[in-house]
Amino acid sequence: MSAPGSRRQVIFAWMALLPFLALFAVFMVYPLIQSASLALNQTYGPDTRILVGSKNFELLMKDPVFWKAIRNTLVYTLGSLFIQLPLAFGLALVLNSRRLRGRSIYRLIFFSPQLMGLVFVSVLGALAFEKRAGLVNRSLAWLLQNEKLLEIDWLQAYIMPTLILISLWLYVGFNMIYFLAALQNVPASLLEAAEIDGAGPFNRLRHVILPAVKPVATFVVLLSMIGSLQLFELPYILLQGNGGPNNDGLTIVMYLYQNGFELGDLGYASAVGWALALMLIALALVQIRMVRKEEASA
Amino acid sequence: MSSHPRSRSSRMLTHLVLIVLAVIVLVPYAWLIVASLKTKEDFFSGMFFPPGDGFLGVAWSSLTLDNYTNLIEKGFGRAAINSVFYASASAIFATFICAATGYALAKSKFRGRTLMTLVVLGSLIVPPTLLIAPSYELLFDLGLLDSVWGLLLPTFAPAFGVFLFRQAVQQSVPDELIEAARIDGCSESGIFMVIVLPLIRPMIGAFLLITFLGMWNNFISPQIVLQTASKQPLSVAIAQLRGVYKTDYGLLMAATVVSVTPVAVLFLVLQKQFISGLTSGAVKG
Repeated sequence: MSAPGSRRQVIFAWMALLPFLALFAVFMVYPLIQSASLALNQTYGPDTRILVGSKNFELLMKDPVFWKAIRNTLVYTLGSLFIQLPLAFGLALVLNSRRLRGRSIYRLIFFSPQLMGLVFVSVLGALAFEKRAGLVNRSLAWLLQNEKLLEIDWLQAYIMPTLILISLWLYVGFNMIYFLAALQNVPASLLEAAEIDGAGPFNRLRHVILPAVKPVATFVVLLSMIGSLQLFELPYILLQGNGGPNNDGLTIVMYLYQNGFELGDLGYASAVGWALALMLIALALVQIRMVRKEEASA
Repeated sequence: MSSHPRSRSSRMLTHLVLIVLAVIVLVPYAWLIVASLKTKEDFFSGMFFPPGDGFLGVAWSSLTLDNYTNLIEKGFGRAAINSVFYASASAIFATFICAATGYALAKSKFRGRTLMTLVVLGSLIVPPTLLIAPSYELLFDLGLLDSVWGLLLPTFAPAFGVFLFRQAVQQSVPDELIEAARIDGCSESGIFMVIVLPLIRPMIGAFLLITFLGMWNNFISPQIVLQTASKQPLSVAIAQLRGVYKTDYGLLMAATVVSVTPVAVLFLVLQKQFISGLTSGAVKG
């Protein structure tokens, strides 16, 4: 940075920054500090606090419902990642071909669920997976000519697969867009050279395309994990606010919401929030380290 | 991509798979729209159109807009107006505030700029869920619970917006242009309004759309902050509708159609600008 600008420039800079800084301090920095102190308190609604120290965290570690929520959230995260991302990448590979007819219309179609927004997709999903009335059971019954399939109770008996299926419908096309952008980074000359050298499709994928796509793929994996671990709206709307039978559909953020806003213990809710935040930050750090290591070895 | 099918049959197979997937994506829309036009009695007759003796064996005359008029009677129009207002206000303020901040952090020279940039960008790692409980307490202390300001103010300063605009300014606003304007006697705010804002127009368009969609689809904030039914946006109103009229499928489907159509149309109209804005920010300078 060179010498500081004139007085006028400095005054303007602060005026431009002021609205943001004020809002940032009040609605970001202050709540962040408060969340740490809240986590050490028990509360009944927003205006009573009892200092309990690390008890919230001790309780949390022994809380079977919290562990159930973690388990469900991880099942959803892994389930949706392992199906979603390969599918998104495969679609991107196919739709990247210039010789494929109608590829822009396919792209738009696969991306389109994203336009509905998570909440409204959740409502549509809830309706589509209803037993008897829902689109899914009706299609199954019609395709397999079996009336019994109308009775499958997805929302109660198979909530996890239902969540994963809806998330596939919503996110595959979205992640496909990232991969399509990444495929622009594959050097065409390298591909041709590999082809001339006799590399088959599999070897070209492995040695030319994957290395070029890797930075974006790492980013997409991190982004999807962060999003999945904070899953809330979809199960909340499908299960109408509770965790479903045996809390089979309860996620970490749903548990935070229940504790904070249904039971009124913002302290315990903050402890749940910190547990989740630590998981997310750890993930991000692991990811950053992996990227660094690769850059160092490259 | 050269790993693509050469022979006719494998090309047909590719299209077949793509078409099946496209149908899986599209059929729920068709089901949603048709079912929103069916009466309660017709809902279970036929997966899509109610069977009858009209053209193509469909009872066209039994389709109705009753579900939509019913929605208005249930006060859903109010929720639609709220959504438009919240999303527009949030988008306009957040875009202007983030553009100004991004510009100052990218181009102005003052003490503490590096530290400030680090703090703002560092805050991107804070998961929003961590702030849910303390923000509720803060809004309670400020007396902003169940107030529109309590919902809107926290959305006016998203740190990722500062990040995007700082990058856009660094890439598309040359220092020489700013210096030249200064020498010509242009005021600092004049430079920002007349020179900088037009240069980062693609990012402004993209960010308006991102923040508009973000607020339109926001569920957890209005659900927590607002209590009065007449203040709720579509996202919360539709979830409550499902709580009360769980089996009135036609009504719920009409509500979904009303909630998503404006946004989908907006996106389709603006998609070119949206994509060019985002990619101009993504290219490394």
